[in-house]
Amino acid sequence: MSGTRTGLLLPAVALWRREMTRFLRQKNRIVGALATPLVFWLLIGSGVGSTFQPPGAETDYLGYFFPGTVVLILLFTAIFSTVSIIEDRREGFLQGVLVAPVAPAAIVLGKCLGGMTLAAAQAALFCAVAPLAGLPMDGMVVARLVPALLVGGFALTALGFVVAWPLESAQGFHALMNILLVPLWLLSGALFPARPDSWMALVVSVNPVAYVTASVRRAFYGDAAALGLVPSYATAMAVCAVFAAVMLMVCLRLVGRGRGGSQ
Amino acid sequence: MNEVETEGVRRVFGARVALDGVSLSVRKGEIFGLLGPNGGGKTTLFRVLSTLLAPSGGIARVCGHDVQSEAPAVRRCLGVVFQSPSLDPHLTVEENLRYGGNLYGLRGHDLEKRLREAADSLQVGDRLPDLVKTLSGGLQRRVEVAKSLLPRPRVLLLDEPSTGLDPAARVDLWESLRQLREESGMTVVLTTHLMDEAEQCDRVAILHRGKLVACDTPDSLRATVGVDVLKLAVRGPDAVAGRLREAFGWSVTVQEGVVRVELPRAHEQVARIVEAFPGEISSVTAGRPTLEDVFMRMTGARLGAGEEA
Repeated sequence: MSGTRTGLLLPAVALWRREMTRFLRQKNRIVGALATPLVFWLLIGSGVGSTFQPPGAETDYLGYFFPGTVVLILLFTAIFSTVSIIEDRREGFLQGVLVAPVAPAAIVLGKCLGGMTLAAAQAALFCAVAPLAGLPMDGMVVARLVPALLVGGFALTALGFVVAWPLESAQGFHALMNILLVPLWLLSGALFPARPDSWMALVVSVNPVAYVTASVRRAFYGDAAALGLVPSYATAMAVCAVFAAVMLMVCLRLVGRGRGGSQ
Repeated sequence: MNEVETEGVRRVFGARVALDGVSLSVRKGEIFGLLGPNGGGKTTLFRVLSTLLAPSGGIARVCGHDVQSEAPAVRRCLGVVFQSPSLDPHLTVEENLRYGGNLYGLRGHDLEKRLREAADSLQVGDRLPDLVKTLSGGLQRRVEVAKSLLPRPRVLLLDEPSTGLDPAARVDLWESLRQLREESGMTVVLTTHLMDEAEQCDRVAILHRGKLVACDTPDSLRATVGVDVLKLAVRGPDAVAGRLREAFGWSVTVQEGVVRVELPRAHEQVARIVEAFPGEISSVTAGRPTLEDVFMRMTGARLGAGEEA
């Protein structure tokens, strides 16, 4: 009980555990984050299937769209877990955290690691059915997939945190998510690849979410596969790590600067 | 050293001045009330003291630490009970208390012991496994108080602690607060717009339009009114008030259809009044002035009137 702050780990772990407990008690969140992308994958995947010839050509469209769906699960879970910042602020839980002697970093880490855990776990659950899409699932794939899901999940949760922290209403958050995050996903090569020298190729090359998609795609396909403009696993992971680090820093600055919301 | 001290604290929101130079001090072990209508500035002061809101000017100190430059030290010695509960409704009482304790660096055996003690002293010990959302408002408020007590704060801040509580729950809560003060010498600062709650405080600061208009014990505040109050229930109060003024030359007002006569030793005049208006007065209440009367005298506004438009 010495010092004026309680250290980083204990409060961060407490906030992380709260996220887990809450999630497991709200069954509709599990359905929302997992079932929606699954339906997307099946409907869009099989609908487009016959008319689409993906680069690499070893799989059909269900196989091409699979990594994109994994990223969609990461994205949805990150959105669901950061919108709770706004609920926490409105309902009062956040106030209780803000008057406690915890470092801003504990608040950020508790939330972002919580979102990351949930996002990665749900995405991993979905990845178990990858063989149905004709994708390989062996030790090598798992070893590359796990870091990709963790880093991508963290980065997307932190991005959601940055959007949610200053906002007052959940409606505003969803509106922003729809005009910001969904297009980022659409233009990430998740649904269809960018043609070389197109405007979309340019967008994809500067879109951080595209590197999350790329890291998941490379985890399944390996670096040897010819995937058009998709960067190598190492490159994609490096960009994702920088993306996550930058988002984390923005979160820390936001929380360190003030209490968020209108005041 | 006073536990809570403010010197000329100001807070503005755009053009609105929520706190306009408030200076007060709260001694160790006091139960101190911040009384005022909604919009009077008491919740703004609560937020400044709890480190959630930086003052625009002036100095506020809790346990000797500046709320702005030494916020972590202030948070370390504060327990805060919010009006809207800071509990997570989806977690159990025990989980809320445990995670709440973790935020103050409490863990392991020490935490479990404090957790049970706090829950027992607020009589929620048997509700530990229940989800918070299944608890009544009164029980939630007690869990909230129990949570704020885990780090054994020197100063407990409560925002409108009686809001949403039934009378019995209110009595219980006050019982707990007094007991805590006796046992640990804790200082209690609370905001309220309820007269009967303010009456139970050791000292009361009256805030109106962001200014401190009075600060003293409830008895001393009442003494400033210097008169007793008679309340007459009559038909046609305005007419009766006019005739009373003419006949006796007293200060007579009408509030909410009730004629109020303010004068020293008013009870001695009851017989004269009743005789002067035979059959017209259905009831007479004589009383010492309440804090409501004090507030009205000092501000010309009614306490229950809420936000001034």
